[in-house]
Amino acid sequence: MKLFKKSLLKSLWVFHLPLSPCNNCDIEIVDALTPRYDLERFGIQLVGSIRHADVLLVTGVPNYKNWQKVKYLYEQAPKPCFVVAVGTCACGRGMFKDSLNSPCNVDEIVPVSMYIPGCPPKPEAIISGVVKLVERLKSNKL
Amino acid sequence: MKKIIPIGPYHPLQEEPEFFKLFVDGETVVDIEIEIGYNHRGIEQLSTTKHYDQVPFLVERICGICSTSHPFAYVNAVEDLLGIELPPRVKYIRSIIGELERLHSHFLWLGLAGHFIGYNTVWMWSWKYRENICDILEVISGNRQHYGMFKIGGVRKDIPKELIPQIEKMCDNLLPVIDMFKGAIMDDPVIHARLKGVGVLTKEDAIKYCVVGPTARASGVDIDVRRDDPYAAYSEVEFNVPVLSNGDVFDKAVVRILEMYESIKIIRQCLDKLKKEPEGNIEVKVDFIPKGEGIGRHEAPRGEVFHYVRSDGSNRPVRHKIRAPSYMNIASNKVAAVGQTISDAAITLAAVDPCYCCTERTVVIDKNSGEQILTWDGLIKLSQNKTCKLKEAYGK
Repeated sequence: MKLFKKSLLKSLWVFHLPLSPCNNCDIEIVDALTPRYDLERFGIQLVGSIRHADVLLVTGVPNYKNWQKVKYLYEQAPKPCFVVAVGTCACGRGMFKDSLNSPCNVDEIVPVSMYIPGCPPKPEAIISGVVKLVERLKSNKL
Repeated sequence: MKKIIPIGPYHPLQEEPEFFKLFVDGETVVDIEIEIGYNHRGIEQLSTTKHYDQVPFLVERICGICSTSHPFAYVNAVEDLLGIELPPRVKYIRSIIGELERLHSHFLWLGLAGHFIGYNTVWMWSWKYRENICDILEVISGNRQHYGMFKIGGVRKDIPKELIPQIEKMCDNLLPVIDMFKGAIMDDPVIHARLKGVGVLTKEDAIKYCVVGPTARASGVDIDVRRDDPYAAYSEVEFNVPVLSNGDVFDKAVVRILEMYESIKIIRQCLDKLKKEPEGNIEVKVDFIPKGEGIGRHEAPRGEVFHYVRSDGSNRPVRHKIRAPSYMNIASNKVAAVGQTISDAAITLAAVDPCYCCTERTVVIDKNSGEQILTWDGLIKLSQNKTCKLKEAYGK
């Protein structure tokens, strides 16, 4: 278990699921991986399949065309899988709360481990969120 | 045997998650089916439930990359309805924000295009230099994206005198960077071989599919709302509209790079004029929106954005219609991508600037057995391998 945790903390792989976002959170996530912020040096990497991922990164509001796919993806992920909601929309739908095409919050579909609010959250905020996630993992709180 | 490659529907870094179904015969794409609607949030309906002053914040969140274009077109529409004249300072600030956004959007596209054809260095470089533009936008507006600068009859924040040298310095530093990218694309024989003649959209097809923006201008259609129907400060500044004729991916890239020079030219002229204007006069007071209707247009980084607003004299729009540029541009993939090989499909679909990125789930599925053959990563690999082969052929 010790070895598992040690290796997990050194290589958190991320699958990114945009659920009708406006794109900004997605750009800021990639920004956090490009040279100025460079999260990749800590072993955090975007992967192409949920089956390779430890973290499910959700942005945007769920809509009727995609909201069930979140659950589907979460079930396919190897456990432990941590769901991180990035941006105000994913945290609580923000101004799209009254939208005709928005059934529910992300945390009503899957359990969310970490909320990173902001519209969009700055790359610094995303990094701070990642650090908090790692710290909580270290202290066995998740 | 005919096979189907579904691309999408989810990819980060893209205005609208959309779903492309590529029908392939061996290596060649024979048909393409486009499905959109994954990003529907009911914004037009939401807009009619909000106060006129709240709507700019809502339409800003239609798209994160062109987050100034929609408020720009919306305030143009409401001001058309009101028929008011703006103070010159407002016009200059609006144009500066609009052009800064064009710069960062084109850098973003350039990086992604580099990634698709296997030049990951270009990707990292252009995103690195893009940060400088985001910094300036943060200093001006307080946020890196979603600037919240626009309101009906004015702007929310002034650009103070102390900031102007900082913006000018950023422009000075950016010019050699654009020169570098221009050189990297124009002088590289591998990129010539990889992008020339790929994804050609002829002038006839461009007109037939009503494409707008850089996609149209690369095909020889000379349209630009900034010049044809000037608004804000665009009638007072001098700039060229680069138009190329081949319509392939290479020309689409070159048009965007040439546009970046023009943007810097516009920003500089606006800053010079801003220096002469007295500070503080940044809005016209609007108390009441009368009955009527108005239209507003703006040349977004991807093409023309169109907004229509109808008012019945209350404090909320009765109807708000929005047309974004990608709506037309995406449809043109139907002609541009057909007849190409699969390894060119990624860059062809990305060339109209509905940006695709790394984590997309693309699979090649055998139509008869439903078996998965190729993933999206595999598709990008294929594209990158083709560049590698060309590099070897050119002895690089």
